[in-house]
Amino acid sequence: MRQIAFYGKGGIGKSTTSQNTIAALSETQRVMIVGCDPKADSTRLMLHTKAQTTILSLAAERGSVEDLELEEVLLTGYNNVRCVESGGPEPGVGCAGRGIITAINFLEEEGAYEDLDLVSYDVLGDVVCGGFAMPIREGKAQEIYIVTSGEMMAMYAANNIARGILKYAQSGGVRLGGLICNSRKVDREVELIEALADKLGTKMIHFVPRDNVVQRAELRRMTVIEYEPDHPQAQEYRALARKIEHNKDLVIPTPITMDELEELLVQYGFMDSDAEYQKALEADKAAASV
Amino acid sequence: MTENTAKNPTPPENLTPPVLSEPGKIQDHFDLFHTDPYQETFEFKRQFEGAHSKEEVARIAEWTKTWDYREKNFSREALTVNPAKACQPLGSLFVAAGFEGTLPYSHGSQGCVAYFRTHLTRNFKEPFQAVSSSMTEDAAVFGGLNNMVDGLANSYTLYKPKMIALCTTCMAEVIGDDLGAFIQTAKNKGSIPEDFPVPYAHTPSFVGSHITGYDNMLKGILECLTEGKKQETTNGKYNFNLGFDPYIGNIRELKRILQLFDLDYTVLSDNADAFDSPNTGEFKMYNGLTTLEDAADSINAEGTFFFQKYTTPKTQDYIEKEWGQETYNFRPFGIKGTDEFLTKLSELTGKPVPQELVDERGRAVDAMTDSQAWIHGKRIALYGDPDHVFGLVNFLLELGAEPVHIVVTNSNPDFEAELQAVLDASPYGQNSTIWGKKDLWHLRSLMFTEPVDLLIGNSYGKYLWRDTHTPIVRIGYPIFDRHHMHRYETLGYKGALNLHNWIVNTILDELDRQTIIPAKTDISFDLIR
Repeated sequence: MRQIAFYGKGGIGKSTTSQNTIAALSETQRVMIVGCDPKADSTRLMLHTKAQTTILSLAAERGSVEDLELEEVLLTGYNNVRCVESGGPEPGVGCAGRGIITAINFLEEEGAYEDLDLVSYDVLGDVVCGGFAMPIREGKAQEIYIVTSGEMMAMYAANNIARGILKYAQSGGVRLGGLICNSRKVDREVELIEALADKLGTKMIHFVPRDNVVQRAELRRMTVIEYEPDHPQAQEYRALARKIEHNKDLVIPTPITMDELEELLVQYGFMDSDAEYQKALEADKAAASV
Repeated sequence: MTENTAKNPTPPENLTPPVLSEPGKIQDHFDLFHTDPYQETFEFKRQFEGAHSKEEVARIAEWTKTWDYREKNFSREALTVNPAKACQPLGSLFVAAGFEGTLPYSHGSQGCVAYFRTHLTRNFKEPFQAVSSSMTEDAAVFGGLNNMVDGLANSYTLYKPKMIALCTTCMAEVIGDDLGAFIQTAKNKGSIPEDFPVPYAHTPSFVGSHITGYDNMLKGILECLTEGKKQETTNGKYNFNLGFDPYIGNIRELKRILQLFDLDYTVLSDNADAFDSPNTGEFKMYNGLTTLEDAADSINAEGTFFFQKYTTPKTQDYIEKEWGQETYNFRPFGIKGTDEFLTKLSELTGKPVPQELVDERGRAVDAMTDSQAWIHGKRIALYGDPDHVFGLVNFLLELGAEPVHIVVTNSNPDFEAELQAVLDASPYGQNSTIWGKKDLWHLRSLMFTEPVDLLIGNSYGKYLWRDTHTPIVRIGYPIFDRHHMHRYETLGYKGALNLHNWIVNTILDELDRQTIIPAKTDISFDLIR
């Protein structure tokens, strides 16, 4: 059984990309998705609805996670993909990181990992604390795929995630599988992400073009694979799925410093250099004094 | 380099408990574990424990006594071994117990509050009541609001307190529970009446020590009770706070002294009865002696005395700034410290020091001169909280003893500077070193490499006594393995006499032990010392 995880900045299209990819993978494999996000949004396109019974919402209702049965939270979605969501506390209270640890411990103790070829974790945003690193700890996901795009904050998050992987790679077996570029149609996006991948010691495993069919499918709470299986965009996700399936290029990432990241952005015209910045300030000053 | 590398899978034949010659007779564990079946089992288990040979253990044990090991020990950075401090909520519960009808409440898991209760009970040999939010894993994920709403309702209904003093634990602090909002929500939901006092303090154990928790809780209680109580005129009283002082005899001695001066006072947290209630055959849950009314009125006092300035810096600052009240720091321990305190009381009341106290001073000084020859020049190691250590060092210097190693785990730079000045000013403080932030494993190295004549510390010092063969006087907190020490006073002239008594007689006991071998050392086994 292989275990993979999708990480990436919030709002980057991570859940959409991962579910479409998993839908493609499910054509040949038995898969389980573990949503590690309090929003419980990682399985909506599989279940055609937002998961109502997350592990932690039921635990809150019953008073303890020990009072739950696996069948109550392990749902079956499109193409027999098993779907489970950790859920989490209300915004601003408690500890969502601990919630993920609680949820994954529950799944392991209850034997959710049996009879599967692939487990995919979908983790929210950045690796902000130990709880969100739970899926990459020893014995969990071995391959991490970072969903990113040619935007500064998405790349910043990607680099941070690489730093998180590096920490655990020394002691455990977790490796970076590659970057997935979910296109935002910004200029020179491919070159930029390839340059970032190069710096991180990995490669851009796939470039997913932007297509409105994704939104149309989402409106119907479906993946493109299910909604329009023969659409070229579905073929893109299938191509990505095949690449992940046969990916042997697993590396310990080499994250870069903030300065190096900014240099990269300057180089590709996303940011002005310090010299340009000073020039702009002085121009403002001159304009103000006139 | 472990012994028995070839595993021996055959256990000793006779692993059953010994056949008792007198069935029904309960064997003491001391005898029981020395019987053959137990001894053979211990020996057999060594192979599974990766145990080193006895010779290797002895060699390493010897090495830990050397300067070489001391240097290694003092270059420790990440590890603390046997710190001489406890965690914040312990101090919070301790101070809360001194207020009338007050139920201490720890917002966290049950294990935390169980630890605080047993810790206090083991020292005072007295039941101690405190409750918790019973937080479990779901509370760690979702926050402890529901636990507090239910917890406050249950506590209020079942135990009928007049006040609930709430402190936190590590778990609640890491997940960021907001106590003020939680308490208000609990009130809105009807767990407790709107006007019911629930003072609170944030007391994560990974910050500071029990004295920090004491300070935070005391400030919280005073803030809560004195709100809107400020009057135009003062009430003519003085407030007294003893800090984290485990000698309940000290509260009683202080009150006696104040009564001799006919001074009107409020002891802020009078927990004397909470930790030493009379056994009348009837259970009384709340024994705090500071009434909520007096505590509320403490804002209108003439001034507030603090005996442990490094325990209560935040409370003192709060009283000065928010109440605009005069504060005083005194340490009425030993002769000089008591003199200074009584002089101040005399000045404030305009009365001479009562003859009774003058006589007590004379007796204490008399006792000190009687035993002077045995204490003078003795090298002492001691440890404890900053103010506790301060009082002891002052007294030791008065006796002419030399406090050589002074270990304070919960130290701070101001304390060290103040104590250093005291040591520098005394001929007996010239060989002293203050070891701030160090622990008892550091002290062990100090005592092996630079031996002393006497150790002063709490019960944990008995391991140093065992290893270094240095006689120990138990003064401090906690004292788990000797009884009734906390009932005595160490404060004032009578307290000085007690301290003196314990110290000198431990030295004389040791002298007897050192001269005990007949026809060898007993030439000095004297009847009269």
